[in-house]
Amino acid sequence: MRCTATNTITITTIIITTMLDDFLVRAGLAGIGTALAAAPLGCFVVWRRMAYFGDATAHAALLGVALSLALQGPVMLGVLAAALVMAITVQAMTGVGLAQDTSLGVLAHSALAAGLVGVSFISGVRVDLMAYLFGDILAVTVTDLALIWGGAAIVVGLMIWRWQRLLTATLNPDLAQASGISARVEGLVLTIALALTVAVAIKAVGALLIGALLVIPPAAARPLARTPEAMALLTALIGCAATLLGLAGSLQFDTPTGPSIVCAAAAAFAVSAVGARIWSKR
Amino acid sequence: MLISAKGLTLAQGGAPVMRNVDFDLDRGEIVTLVGPNGSGKSTLVKGLIGALPPTAGTVTRMPGLRIGYVPQSLQLDGFLPLTVQGFLGLPTRQPARDVDRALTEAGVPGLAKRQMKALSGGQFQRVLLARALLMRPDVLILDEATQGLDQPGAAAFYRQIAAVRSELNCAVLMVSHDMHVVMAASDRVLCLNGHVCCQGTPDVVQSAPEYRALFGSGTQGAFALYRHEHDHDHDHHHHDHA
Repeated sequence: MRCTATNTITITTIIITTMLDDFLVRAGLAGIGTALAAAPLGCFVVWRRMAYFGDATAHAALLGVALSLALQGPVMLGVLAAALVMAITVQAMTGVGLAQDTSLGVLAHSALAAGLVGVSFISGVRVDLMAYLFGDILAVTVTDLALIWGGAAIVVGLMIWRWQRLLTATLNPDLAQASGISARVEGLVLTIALALTVAVAIKAVGALLIGALLVIPPAAARPLARTPEAMALLTALIGCAATLLGLAGSLQFDTPTGPSIVCAAAAAFAVSAVGARIWSKR
Repeated sequence: MLISAKGLTLAQGGAPVMRNVDFDLDRGEIVTLVGPNGSGKSTLVKGLIGALPPTAGTVTRMPGLRIGYVPQSLQLDGFLPLTVQGFLGLPTRQPARDVDRALTEAGVPGLAKRQMKALSGGQFQRVLLARALLMRPDVLILDEATQGLDQPGAAAFYRQIAAVRSELNCAVLMVSHDMHVVMAASDRVLCLNGHVCCQGTPDVVQSAPEYRALFGSGTQGAFALYRHEHDHDHDHHHHDHA
């Protein structure tokens, strides 16, 4: 009996290892992990009107890339650090009461430009800038996959754990305060989750399109949902579908994968928006 | 003593808004804060519930104090889909039975499955009241809570508040510039204008020179008009505008 059990495990391991040898399977799993992390967070980005905030944090990822190339450390760690610093800076600035969209615009574009300049300084290594700007999901390694799914698990766990509190703080800060919930603490939770998501997503869609992955799937899910929970689940579903569709499309038509995924999500949004309009007119 | 403030000074955006307030709130009393726009009414409430830290002075709240807060306005983003039941279940999910009871107590039974966005102004305020009632509060705070209601509707709303007060034996702290209806429904009135101008029973406050200086003698007539209406109660219930 023990022998059979060991054999089963060995066979399963072989099957999984063989599957992971296929770059397409790795790409699909990486995309799904990214979409799952982005789904609940993207909902909050949309509900709290934080789209610019997401962009600024995502653009800072390129600074992280430059940093980790210079220090020859793991890219995702550098991205995580840069995104975290940017997100906390932005949150602190809004606390001081600076005009939000202007200061976010300044930070987002400055971070992007500084990142591009920084990467150009790294001599010796040949850097494929496009991979960091638009993602390189077909080159995902098994280690990347482990990091992506690990990060996604932390983000989703954080969202599930704080869900009710985050919703209350999103609805109204004073209402939250009266229930003993600190809007600042919940804002910080979202900030950390956002930085983690950026680090998770850089491989799949790149610094420039992370914002799209955060905003488009929840926008597509909104007309179809009656509760916040349903909207988060639908967002995850739409995100995963767009990932697989984009991946298939990019293979079929030989197009860049990251942008193809975003295009698939945009198509889902168009269908849902038009569908909701027609449905409400009946 | 539920809430006690000593020499409380509050600032918003760096500028002091409310200076040197001494204030005590006891179980079972209905206290109203009145004052012109920008007089610091909402700021004082935020200071009392702890949403705004004092720049000077102290606020003490009874340990474990449950506060039911009905806000002045709640900007609900159209992008957040939320049923009434889901809204009442924030931050702690509530059994459907409790939700139905609170909605009935607030005068809007049977709304649990509706979308928050689909409510009228009057229904919305009563759902906010139901939310505050769900937690069986020690203090019920109403911040301009009758803005969506017409005058008879507002009077009915305040009768409901009085009933809730006797049932829960809670304190009620109201903020309003809707003098003629609110003041007579109160046990005690604080007239504010960056500080406490005068305080006492509605009769004392409305005849105080500081109050007259702020609101003029015009409100005297309106106040009398309310008392006239109040004497002849025509049982105006639930005059919500859809």
